Amino acid sequence: MTVKQLSIFLENRSGTLTKVLDILKESGIQIIASAIADTAEYGILRILCSDPSLAYKKLEEGGVAVALSDVFAIELDSQPGRAADTIKLFSDASLSVIYMYSFLFHGRGLLIFRTDNAAQAEEIIRSACLNSLTENDLAKWE
Amino acid sequence: MIWNPNKECMSRDEMSALQGKRLHKIVEYVYHNVPFYRHKLQEMDLTPDDIRTIDDIVKLPFTTKKDLRDNYPFGLQAAPQSEIIRIHASSGTTGNPTIVGYTRKDIGVWSECMARCLTAYGVGRDDIFSVAYGYGLFTGGLGAHNGVEMVGASVVPASTGNTEKHAKLIRDLGITGIACTPSYALYLAETMEKIGITKDQIKLRVGAFGAEPWTEKMREEIEERLGLKGFNIYGLSEVMGPSVSYECQLQHGSHINEDHFYPEIINPVTLEPLPKGQQGELVFTTLTKEGMPVIRYRTRDLCSLMAGECECGRTNVRMSPVNGRSDDMLIIRGINVFPSQVESVVLGMKEFAPQYLLIVDRVNNLDTLQIQVELRQEYFTTTFATPAAIEDLLKRLCAKLKSVLSIGADVQLKAPGTLARSQGKSSHVIDNRKLV
Repeated sequence: MTVKQLSIFLENRSGTLTKVLDILKESGIQIIASAIADTAEYGILRILCSDPSLAYKKLEEGGVAVALSDVFAIELDSQPGRAADTIKLFSDASLSVIYMYSFLFHGRGLLIFRTDNAAQAEEIIRSACLNSLTENDLAKWE
Repeated sequence: MIWNPNKECMSRDEMSALQGKRLHKIVEYVYHNVPFYRHKLQEMDLTPDDIRTIDDIVKLPFTTKKDLRDNYPFGLQAAPQSEIIRIHASSGTTGNPTIVGYTRKDIGVWSECMARCLTAYGVGRDDIFSVAYGYGLFTGGLGAHNGVEMVGASVVPASTGNTEKHAKLIRDLGITGIACTPSYALYLAETMEKIGITKDQIKLRVGAFGAEPWTEKMREEIEERLGLKGFNIYGLSEVMGPSVSYECQLQHGSHINEDHFYPEIINPVTLEPLPKGQQGELVFTTLTKEGMPVIRYRTRDLCSLMAGECECGRTNVRMSPVNGRSDDMLIIRGINVFPSQVESVVLGMKEFAPQYLLIVDRVNNLDTLQIQVELRQEYFTTTFATPAAIEDLLKRLCAKLKSVLSIGADVQLKAPGTLARSQGKSSHVIDNRKLV
């Protein structure tokens, strides 16, 4: 029910992002979605990509601080208010969203997030019949 | 003016005789009261009777900061606790601070030595004198304070911090003298300019500056901006505190209170004593101290002893300005900082790689310390991969550093593998302060 997300530690100086992107490029990995959480001195780059296991291996070999984590990726249609409706399901159950990012492409939307209680979140997703993507779905997602 | 001409202007022969007599006495005292020294002397087959003249001092073993640390807290204390009336502590190289206990007589000697300094600077009973060294465990504040009271000036215990209020007091009370670190003096000057206090509104005429290295150029700048004459004061808590040596009006080296603190210069590698005029490591033996006497204590400060008499009339020997260290100690805002202290904290937290870098700078006349640490790759996991978790980790690191170093540092987190790896003797310090 979840997908693998890469979290990458980046120092705030020029060249650090390029290094990461170059490694992914050389391994033929496609970025599906990404977001950066930044502070004054460093940032955390979060990526959904076509082959997270390979990306993790290549980045680690390249000396990049990288972590793999499970996040939810819910597919939504492009009607306004879908994100609000979805997140409300979780907040009504007193779950916290730790971080979230999303994108909309050709009428299909993807909402990517992590909560403080994965098991409970899965229950909510199941009972609300949300389209939660898996690693396989993601590889085919175009 | 000379506070105690009997001691400050003794003939050299009289001084040597007095020092020899006192050295014998202090060696006998520590031999019977401090097992550490007794064992060391016994190992070298020495008894106090072998030490008769001041020249015999070369027979004695050295004492180091490590000895002080290994005997934490009271192992080197010679007087019974009931005789100790004050305890100061300075930062140690790793973990343990150096504890120094003073008897009532020690505080008296310290006050007199401080009074000698202040008198040489021209401070007297008509002065209003503000002490802007930190009051507390650091010897600067209380040490200077006692001396000001002894010369009979009015002491204003300003301590550090609250600089704007201090600047106003300097103007409103007509404060004529100040003791602080040279960098704080410049910061004070800057604060005055910022709040619109001009040089002609203040009456400062004497400054006693020490606790950190400074240069002639800094002296000129402080004198120009505060309209005073700046004098060097030297000291260290292991020996006493400020007042070990002081400049006279001629400002050609600092006179050492050598009837209490006997100086030697040694080659820091071979430990051979060096003749006057040659640069080496300064070593002190306390000749009269009761609480925690030290025998041939290696200060790690590099300087030379100056030959010849001073025209001021004082005969006690002068030391050149300290221009380096024979270890890696840094003095930041007057506080002693060892890279090994940072190392002990960083290595104690498994989330960080064993690499670190200290970058010291001086911004607006205040020392700054940045510490760069590296996140260990294997600790960058799901739980750590959020800014909040990393901030939390850095906060814990900062708190530990602050408690060990006694000063705050700006911590920068670097990506794994980005700090220089040790290749033989790697340097953990970049000091960008221009002291020349």
